[in-house]
Amino acid sequence: MKEINPSQYKGFACSGLCCTKIEKFGVNIGSNVILEDIDLHIHCGELTAIVGPNGAGKSTLLKAILGDIKHTGKLNYLDEKGERTGNPLIGYVPQHLEFDSGSPVSVLDLFKASLYKGAPLLGRRRKSRNTVLESLSIVNAQHLIDRRLGALSGGELQRVLLALALDPIPDLLLLDEPVSGIDQKGMDLFYKTVSLLREKYDLSIILVSHDLDLVERYADRVILINKTLLIEGNPAEVFSSPQATQVFGQTRFGRGQYDQGEGE
Amino acid sequence: MPSLIYDTLDIILPFEWLNYAFMKNALLAVLLISPLFGLLGTMVVSNKMAFFSDALGHGAFTGIAIGAIFGLMNPVLAAAFFSLLFAVLITIIKEKSRESTDTIIGVFSSLAVALGLVLMSMGGSFNKYSSYLIGDLLSISPGEIGALAIVFATVIIIWAFISKRLLLVSINRSLAASRGIKTLPVEMIFTAIVALIVTVSIQWVGLLIVNSMLVLPAAAARNIARNNRQYTVISILIALISGFWGLIGSYYLNTATGATIVLVSGILFFVSLAFKRVRS
Repeated sequence: MKEINPSQYKGFACSGLCCTKIEKFGVNIGSNVILEDIDLHIHCGELTAIVGPNGAGKSTLLKAILGDIKHTGKLNYLDEKGERTGNPLIGYVPQHLEFDSGSPVSVLDLFKASLYKGAPLLGRRRKSRNTVLESLSIVNAQHLIDRRLGALSGGELQRVLLALALDPIPDLLLLDEPVSGIDQKGMDLFYKTVSLLREKYDLSIILVSHDLDLVERYADRVILINKTLLIEGNPAEVFSSPQATQVFGQTRFGRGQYDQGEGE
Repeated sequence: MPSLIYDTLDIILPFEWLNYAFMKNALLAVLLISPLFGLLGTMVVSNKMAFFSDALGHGAFTGIAIGAIFGLMNPVLAAAFFSLLFAVLITIIKEKSRESTDTIIGVFSSLAVALGLVLMSMGGSFNKYSSYLIGDLLSISPGEIGALAIVFATVIIIWAFISKRLLLVSINRSLAASRGIKTLPVEMIFTAIVALIVTVSIQWVGLLIVNSMLVLPAAAARNIARNNRQYTVISILIALISGFWGLIGSYYLNTATGATIVLVSGILFFVSLAFKRVRS
């Protein structure tokens, strides 16, 4: 892991008192209740992992927080001074990015298109390239800048999307862990990067995970859901709870992944 | 002003085929319209809208028929209105429907073209309109070239504002949404300018091949380009080269101009395909 350079984010400081409150979240699709009565309290600098069986509504919860899916209940973000600031700035890394792998779109194009605001300005090419390089350096992916998106491996794409979600540095980072397409080494690297970022930038992170081993190692808090919140606490507490036994069975601490499904 | 442009053309391109005023007009039209096709084609191809843009042409065709039947002064204006309506309608259906939109677009598109044909053939006077099927670039007038220049400028300005957003939408809609882009309006504006270009050029290029002018240069550029800027530049260049050589070819072979242009870009497409094979 190379040294992370936070100089570009000077001015962003959080004393660790800021938090995101999720109150009474529910999602209905048609007459189906996907999620109900979810209350969460997420502090800055904390990595909160959401675990649960297939179809428990994990990805749905992320999308509801993101505002991509209609939901009931409230989402409040409070900054370090305790003043209500309303909606948090959210960074989102989707479970998988569906795109046409033959597209002539480079990583630089993706960043430029995402960071672009308003009318085009000529003559800023070099500057924007350097800005993108700085963003990519956070996840050690500078070398990928001119690569086509379709030519990236699963792990590389994941890191690029993480870098994108961190530009600008969000109040709340939502990560939907990919179920497939990334090898163990890539996954470890990803988690290490996320962990480091959390410390550096005091980020609130919500992570949907399918890998209990990695959750045990990296998460500060674990939330077990199955349509509604079953239990929350530190990893040890949650994994030894009767609720977890019920959901994952006795073999839940088997090494490796417990659910290989499609992600809901 | 027009004579100045003609004189300049005589100096730059002192060739036999350019002696005639109608060829000069056609060349100017090609220089204006083919870059637009190349430019818009990139996002038509990236958004997998090839079939969709074909349907837009059919909508424009019906519009021209309606305009002609009701004896409007300018059928192209009626066509522009109708195809814009058509474009907005299909975009909304596309957005609302979760299923594959191919069938829906197919239904609307064939209905539109059938309606157009019925209206035009009323009273047995279809021959009058056959130029809308094949197009007649050599009939373009200086006034129409002026109108094209205005369309050209308008499209370039709109493009400057929406191209980056459109690119992100074409990569992934929910990623675009998560970056605060309003995806539907962006797509709507894009569809509208494609509809506009298709409508305006259908009388010179012809319904049958207008979509090829849009799709082929971008499809060829896609085989070569490694990033979005290359994609756009190569697509425009291929469109310009095809337009230029297609026009000359049609002069010497005495063939339909639009179709000849499409054949040239077809050849360039296969060259790009070979290039892609060799490289990989």
